[in-house]
Amino acid sequence: MTATTSPPRRTRTGEPPDLSTQSLSLRRRLANRGMMLVITACIVLAVLPLGLVVFEVVSRGGGVMSWEFLTADIPRNYRRVGPGMGAAVVGTLVITGMAALLAIPLGVLGAIYLNEYGRTTTLARFIRTMADVMTGVPSIVMGLFIYVTWVLAIGEKNGFGGSLALACLMLPIVIRSSEEMLRLVPDELRQASAALGARKWRTIVTVVLPSAISGITSGSLLAIARAAGETAPIIVTVGIIFSANPDPFSGGNTTLAAQIYRNATLTFEGAQERAWGAALTLIAIVLLFTIVARFIAARFALKER
Amino acid sequence: MDQGFSAVVFGAGLLVLAVLALILVSTGLEALPVFQYSGLDFIFGHRWAPNDPNAAVFGTLTFFYGTAVSSLIGLLIAVPLSIGIALFLTELAPRWLKAPAVTVIDLLAAVPSVVFGLVGVLVIGPAILPVYQWIHNLVADVPVLGTVFGPAVNGNTFTTAGLILAVMVIPIITSISREVFDTVPLADKQAAYALGATRWEMIKGAVFPHSFGGLVGGAMLGLGRAMGETIAVTLVIGGSTQIVANLFASGNSMAAVIAQQWGESSGLHTNALIGIGVVLFAITVIINYAARIIVRRAEIRMKGAGA
Repeated sequence: MTATTSPPRRTRTGEPPDLSTQSLSLRRRLANRGMMLVITACIVLAVLPLGLVVFEVVSRGGGVMSWEFLTADIPRNYRRVGPGMGAAVVGTLVITGMAALLAIPLGVLGAIYLNEYGRTTTLARFIRTMADVMTGVPSIVMGLFIYVTWVLAIGEKNGFGGSLALACLMLPIVIRSSEEMLRLVPDELRQASAALGARKWRTIVTVVLPSAISGITSGSLLAIARAAGETAPIIVTVGIIFSANPDPFSGGNTTLAAQIYRNATLTFEGAQERAWGAALTLIAIVLLFTIVARFIAARFALKER
Repeated sequence: MDQGFSAVVFGAGLLVLAVLALILVSTGLEALPVFQYSGLDFIFGHRWAPNDPNAAVFGTLTFFYGTAVSSLIGLLIAVPLSIGIALFLTELAPRWLKAPAVTVIDLLAAVPSVVFGLVGVLVIGPAILPVYQWIHNLVADVPVLGTVFGPAVNGNTFTTAGLILAVMVIPIITSISREVFDTVPLADKQAAYALGATRWEMIKGAVFPHSFGGLVGGAMLGLGRAMGETIAVTLVIGGSTQIVANLFASGNSMAAVIAQQWGESSGLHTNALIGIGVVLFAITVIINYAARIIVRRAEIRMKGAGA
């Protein structure tokens, strides 16, 4: 600031200067007030789209929601009005579940390497940076990658291809969040275990991992929630079906996200209704995982030291 | 046993590098035919005629233009908003409001992109068309503005895509900005207050100069995310192949064209779509890498200053 403002006026000599807000020049007071209002408006503007999305999805999807909607086959004719997202519900659970089975163990092992073995070596630091970079790889590129290496290799689009793509997207998230949690485990625990004669792997498996398990679980649930809503890799690798196919290793599959995409581009009333219903189902699944993750994190987390 | 365990763990650590390298190699090889077929025209050509039976042409400049324009619109909206939100969370929010505000941002990040796309194409698109037309009529006679805010035919435009992208990148830019603001030393803030600064002057004089680098990094991370976003953009950008200055016109983006044309492509066309993916991969990896380095530099400098 340029020092053009007059110093706080004094009422009588010997008394302390007037430091209240009133003694500020009008310009400074208005600038402060104005900017505080702008900053508060920003958070209001962030609530707006969230509110809009939730309102639209609940009000439009709520009408078609029923047990039949969640279990019936998807109509082959898009024009038909009526329920059916069963295949997509099964597909979402199977494909995302399989992806979690692949990505979470590998991610946790990777995190163990970074925090317990690699620590500050150049390689570990490089892997850390590249894991961060990998979280920014567009999901469609992951889909293309799996298409080239898996779908072309086995000659069929199936659920497992989708799981592989989702696992690639989850892996860096799981690694980084698990490493964050392992770092919070106090060193004294490791030293105590070593002093009792446990080897390093035993210390990690029986002491370090159990202490960090709640944080790792919540990070992994967030990664699952993110993956469940991914669309682009699914439409590239998984194909399309209308009746539920619980076997990820043979035959095409589909997910809620892919169905929302397909139906949203159609102008038929029935299709759009199914898109909204699928969106409500998907949001419910994603929010459930997010809330459970936050609950676990808040309830059982190691406190930052 | 110890040896075995550390070997397994080491392998898992290397997996990240292996996957990244494999992505580049496998998709690069698959796209090689189209790179050879089109040469530099693949990147600098603006004619995209994949189904021409005599001489298919694959020029992707149009899609790059769409990606750049929609992402920049998104950033232009998201960066100031995110900085505002981060300032609110770190400097302004009363304690009781902090947790719910953070939850709102987290939930915004949790909403799947296809749901944003669905709301965008079926609700926001139709609703925002009159707004576009009103803005166009307002500036129609002004030389440059009349072209940039040109006539709108429907609600699926560059601007709509930018709006949706803005909502989607706000959480990531906000979280980086918060981290950066949190590293500003308390002593600096208190010094500003002690000199008689108002809260805004404190933010201007103590918080911003310290966090500039980190904010640039955060914005770049948002840019990387916006450029790679596929499904939401596919649904709301309209899907026409053109380079126009009109922000209220339909276009297409690199990621969107892959998703749109994947189902109906075959032969060299498929290779071309994978080629677009390779270019997109390269761009986003470079942006993300640079952003991470900038953020890390800024944090290291801050910690030095705080000690």
